[in-house]
Amino acid sequence: MDMNFLEFEQPIAELQAKIEELRLVGNDNEINIQEEISRLENKCNSLTESIFSSLTPWQTSQLARHPLRPYAYDYIHRIVDDFEEMHGDRSFADDKAIVGGVGRIEGHSVMVIGHQKGRDTKEKLYRNFGMPRPEGYRKAMRLMQFAERFSLPILTFIDTPGAYPGVDAEKRGQSEAIARNLMVMSGLKTPIIATVTGEGGSGGALAIGVGDRLLMMQYSTYSVISPEGCASILWKSAEKASVAAEAMAITSPQLKKLGLVDGIVAEPVGGAHRDPDAAARNLKNSLLESLENLQHTSTDQLLSSRYERLMGYGEFES
Amino acid sequence: MSWFEKLMPSRIRTDTNQKGAVPEGLWDKCPGCGAILYRAELERNQDVCPKCNYHNRIGARQRLLQFLDEDSSEEIAGKLSPSDPLKFRDSKKYRDRITQAQKATNESDALIVMRGNLKGNELVAAAFEFKFMGGSMGSVVGERFVRAVNTSLERGIPLVCFSASGGARMQESLFSLMQMAKTSAALGKMSRRGLPFISVLTDPTMGGVSASLAMLGDLNIAEPNALIGFAGPRVIEQTVREKLPEGFQRSEFLLEHGAIDMIVDRRDMRDRVANLLSVLMNQPRPG
Repeated sequence: MDMNFLEFEQPIAELQAKIEELRLVGNDNEINIQEEISRLENKCNSLTESIFSSLTPWQTSQLARHPLRPYAYDYIHRIVDDFEEMHGDRSFADDKAIVGGVGRIEGHSVMVIGHQKGRDTKEKLYRNFGMPRPEGYRKAMRLMQFAERFSLPILTFIDTPGAYPGVDAEKRGQSEAIARNLMVMSGLKTPIIATVTGEGGSGGALAIGVGDRLLMMQYSTYSVISPEGCASILWKSAEKASVAAEAMAITSPQLKKLGLVDGIVAEPVGGAHRDPDAAARNLKNSLLESLENLQHTSTDQLLSSRYERLMGYGEFES
Repeated sequence: MSWFEKLMPSRIRTDTNQKGAVPEGLWDKCPGCGAILYRAELERNQDVCPKCNYHNRIGARQRLLQFLDEDSSEEIAGKLSPSDPLKFRDSKKYRDRITQAQKATNESDALIVMRGNLKGNELVAAAFEFKFMGGSMGSVVGERFVRAVNTSLERGIPLVCFSASGGARMQESLFSLMQMAKTSAALGKMSRRGLPFISVLTDPTMGGVSASLAMLGDLNIAEPNALIGFAGPRVIEQTVREKLPEGFQRSEFLLEHGAIDMIVDRRDMRDRVANLLSVLMNQPRPG
């Protein structure tokens, strides 16, 4: 089993392996098997399309956490020119699970902040699996207030299992750090565009996610608790994660339909990791479009629409 | 029957099966010190153990009525009731869970808001009902909290909120998560207006409620020995794979680490909060 493919992608993996094999044969022999290869490639494409056209929420959730999925740096390096990273919360440490800095996107100066996960075991540990501690949220807040001072629009990339549940994080006020960000972001005098690029895990995601626009990459997810967590509490078994994923409405089309998300950024066939350049291009276009829209808004208008938007969240009977 | 019982004349024999004849709910055993307490006396003491000061959890309505001046209160946004936008169903339907919680608590959702007086000064007070689905925050809780803030803003009066919650309500999924942003944004407005918000954290205040409105008090006050934190102790234990230190995530621990301003005994809450608010509002010390 190819570990770079998820379980439901295995038929694609098998076809691709076959194509690779044929290519090797083709190199050794004079026989022309080009026709056979392109026939298989077409078949592979349509197979991928058909598998991806009917993904279940649980499969989407696996894609959002795919080990090859592009992370914040992958997008920053493709989208932001002249990026200069900034570090530290100025009072305790530099949290490696949240990265950020200034740069330019098509000539517009911006502040970019995102969760950062690690690729291999060593880097995963270094990035704490993308789970920030309070100093991470305080670093993000410092960068956002910096952005406000210099009138830089803020772009955030959300991709975290959640805020880190650890003894040290609790000691330093994980709750307060998240809460403070929510409050501060609601009143920042500069446009904020948040994009869920991978896994939008609860309060730890929302803590850099309050703003004027909320976008989601096509195969990202956003939820109040992970499907596993929800399953183990409500179904008393983490094995019911797929059922929980279904019940919670965590995918971009579902959340768009519920009016909680403004836009969906299309991903290349097979997901962002199959073609990170294409995914980054789409993301860049969506960000530029949102930036253009927000740029012509006065600060007062921006803040009052943001406030109205936040107050509008919720469904109840009155 | 043992030989000893046979020896006893029948007229002084008591049937042991009648032991359960004591009326239920007359006596309570204190979870703190194990003392057997007369229920009526415990109630007179605001459900705080007179022997060891253990603070029992109390209902939201009882809390507010104890806190506010007698006959001064008027409920706000009490008519709102939860809907089920996702048609959520786990082992039970969310709808059924709501109905069950409403029957059990006689409340329509997990937050109650009242406008009233505290020692003659007007304010808005809100309290979480923990018995309503673990005091979880969904759309109704968020909206009621915002209406509480709005009433404060309209009338230029302070807000006090007693939290007791397990966090966001999973059955409303992302709607619940967004209540964190909604309530925090409303508090931001209140803060810019210079109106005081006092957050009283009671046992337990966790997750999404702790990571939004409850930690945003101009003053954060906790009742003694309340469990307060972001992640639940069990989740943390599973993550770090070690036993948690004694008193971890308790009020005293939070005070030590700088997360709260003070710990206040429930029986002193009225006096202390009234005094604090009068200082902040530049009013004379209430009688």
